[in-house]
Amino acid sequence: MSISEDHKRFRDIVKGKIKENLKKYVSQGELIGKREKEFVKIPVPQIDMPTFRYGPKQQGGVGQGQGKPGEGLGQDGEEAGQGQQAGNAPGEHQLEMDVTMDELAEILGQALELPRIEPKGSHQIKSQKNRYSGLAPVGPEGLKHFKSVYKQALKRQIASGSYDPHNPKILPIRRDFRYRTFKTVMKPQTQAVIIYIMDVSGSMGDEQKEIVRLESFWINAWLKKHYKGLESRYIIHDAAAKEVDEETFFKTAESGGTLISSAYKLAKELIEKKYPPHEWNIYIFQFSDGDNWSADDTKLCMDMLKNYFLVNTNLFCYGQVESRYGSGQFLKDLNAEFSKDERMVTSSISSKDKILDSIKQFLGKGK
Amino acid sequence: MANLTPELEGWRKKIEKVAKDYGLDFFDTVFEVITYDQISQFAARGGFPVRYPHWKFGMEYEQLSKSYEYGLSKIYEMVINTDPCYAYLMEGNLLMDQKLVMAHVYGHADFFKNNIWFSKTNRKMMDVMANHAVRVRRYIDRYGYDVVENFIDKALSLENLIDRYSVYTNPSESWEQNSGSSNELKQNVNENSQGQADKAYGQGLGLLRYNKEYMRDYINPPKFVAEQKQKMADQALKKTVRYPAEPQKDVLKFLIENAPLAEWQQEILSMIREESYYFSPQGMTKTMNEGWASYWHSTIMTQKILTPDEFIDFADHHSGTVAMSPQGYNPYKVGIELMREIEERWNKGQFGREWTECDDFKEKKNWDKKLGLGREKIFEVRKIYNDVTFIDEFLTEDFAVKYKMFVYKFNKKTQKFEVNTRDFKAIKAQLLFQMTNFGQPIISVVDANFENRGELLLGHRWEGIDLQPDYLNETLKNIFSIWQRPVCLVTVMDEAEVLLRFDGEKVQSVNIKATLPTDNIAP
Repeated sequence: MSISEDHKRFRDIVKGKIKENLKKYVSQGELIGKREKEFVKIPVPQIDMPTFRYGPKQQGGVGQGQGKPGEGLGQDGEEAGQGQQAGNAPGEHQLEMDVTMDELAEILGQALELPRIEPKGSHQIKSQKNRYSGLAPVGPEGLKHFKSVYKQALKRQIASGSYDPHNPKILPIRRDFRYRTFKTVMKPQTQAVIIYIMDVSGSMGDEQKEIVRLESFWINAWLKKHYKGLESRYIIHDAAAKEVDEETFFKTAESGGTLISSAYKLAKELIEKKYPPHEWNIYIFQFSDGDNWSADDTKLCMDMLKNYFLVNTNLFCYGQVESRYGSGQFLKDLNAEFSKDERMVTSSISSKDKILDSIKQFLGKGK
Repeated sequence: MANLTPELEGWRKKIEKVAKDYGLDFFDTVFEVITYDQISQFAARGGFPVRYPHWKFGMEYEQLSKSYEYGLSKIYEMVINTDPCYAYLMEGNLLMDQKLVMAHVYGHADFFKNNIWFSKTNRKMMDVMANHAVRVRRYIDRYGYDVVENFIDKALSLENLIDRYSVYTNPSESWEQNSGSSNELKQNVNENSQGQADKAYGQGLGLLRYNKEYMRDYINPPKFVAEQKQKMADQALKKTVRYPAEPQKDVLKFLIENAPLAEWQQEILSMIREESYYFSPQGMTKTMNEGWASYWHSTIMTQKILTPDEFIDFADHHSGTVAMSPQGYNPYKVGIELMREIEERWNKGQFGREWTECDDFKEKKNWDKKLGLGREKIFEVRKIYNDVTFIDEFLTEDFAVKYKMFVYKFNKKTQKFEVNTRDFKAIKAQLLFQMTNFGQPIISVVDANFENRGELLLGHRWEGIDLQPDYLNETLKNIFSIWQRPVCLVTVMDEAEVLLRFDGEKVQSVNIKATLPTDNIAP
């Protein structure tokens, strides 16, 4: 009997624990460090049955080897024994669970009660795909389907009476041969791009960047679940904007003034060049401390938002990271201008603990 | 079901023959070659292919398979104490490894069959486990997965609360259904001992024996008899005050019989208890069992089975198995070295009064009476000892020094484990403590009607070490959910006796002076 049932049950319990403690996991950066291609390694404490017992620290033990009284034993506490006998006592280890990004997104979705995203324009874009689902009497040798060849031969032999159950020999002839064939199917395809915009002016410190990093990780996880082949682009700006790769995005420390419009111009350029809005689901997440250089620039931004971004994107999110230096004026300006527009979501993130709430605000509309 | 390749089967036959020639005596042993994934699955279920469904097996599996995949550990062998004995070999191991494992397994198999502490285990446990699985699944169908799982969680948290030695002293406690013969025996004893004393008159009063009827009142004056009767009546009265009359170490049994449980819950507790008793001797003899098996794999391999080209691999594997480590007691190492030492001592006659009283270092070193009793002695040892008696009797100061043993303790200041002492007495005390009751605290039911409020009072026999508080609280909660009345535990914490009481909401420590049961019962 396979252990998969017990194993699945255990994984469910662990996932439950992750969900319970999501806040802790979300605000911990170490999770992202353990990201592999499709898995995230999540450290979970071994779930113990409580029993009356002596703790290892209370108890001590007997060891063998060098060392004078008072000397430490070293960190390596692994036991050297190898054979395992039935009924052995379990070791005390931290477990590292492999959780797929998909499962993680699922957990996030359940915990925050996020609605599923309805992609726009899915009906317009189609891609061709070949599926090997049929059988044909002709084809290349490499695609011969032996099981159905023998089935055909068996049928033929039974029908013609040449099958002897006591000497069950089946000889396929040319007529019995079957080959796999493909059918072309049209699949509706959804394409999506996330454009992250971050303010890297002097007022954004390390802590603020960490918040942005964590939040974008979870946003990515959630959107990736809905869009295969999700693309992410990163724009940083102070007084001027430039596109960078992911690593630079989170590590750059610049200083200088802030002209948000510079980033908007670059984003607009990017969209116009590579992501025609009628084929793409476009998400823009902007993080800043909300301290724009001048009222004129803010006005320019509002115009661009109204006339370009809100028209052409699924969602425009603005997250304002609280910093000691920023005035936070931009958030107020946005709220004043767009408070009734569904396509614009703003959120103020005061600390790491608020990341979850902010994600919920951003993604809670199912756009 | 054995699926050995012809090559392995050939070696198996050879090894079995060699083992038998050495005098090992075992049940038929069936080897199966299985994949690492299967071996992880079986090991997760304590070696059994089928157990009741529970996530803890899934967790074990996760751990075992991961640590194999990461190359941290590898299970070479697994053997179950059943008749026939089942053992598993891992597919893809070196032929030398497989041979070594087979030799090792025959050692275990011999130990299972012959060691007295295993004599009461059910050798058809494979079937029992499968039956348990079926029954639990039936309960799941009837009462729902979560309900049953939840209850099993609670039951498992009490699985160590059994009286490990009871099965050896009290025949009626045997979990094998063979009580018929022992009852007969008891009756015979009773009839014989009664002699001519009339039954109604003498029983239990501690009266003196008389031969002639007319001497009766002279030897046991009526006044004395009356006094004795009164005393007994008083005692009986006292006993009715408390239930159970004597503290009961088999807490699980007590709960099964006395807690307000549904039948299926009783059944599940009984299953957990039965399995617990089944695994108990393996904990009681871990060092001996591994030592014995290692002794035999090394003897059989080096003397009869190894081919010259395998020596390096064998040495590598064997030394890995018996490696000493500073932070951990390796039962393989201590076991095999003790076995070898016993064999040598009895070969040379290094035992008995003469040997112990000899003070001359030189004489002791060259002591050799050429008795050749070693083999015979270790066979005797494997038959009647368990880890506690084994270590207590054979682990000598010389041995502890030779194998560089020390006691380590956790230093709260440095937050590290540190070497504490190399004092022999301390080492021995620590080892014996770890092995008594398999390193589990001894807990017993003291009073089921504590404070006359139907509360359950448990007592912990404190032996110098406190219980781990967080686990303690959780366990109290679990017992509460079974007893369904407040549960108390008397133990020692930070050098003061405390009574911890869980009333359904929180665990509180109660002033001990006011509430201890001895005060209540005093006349």
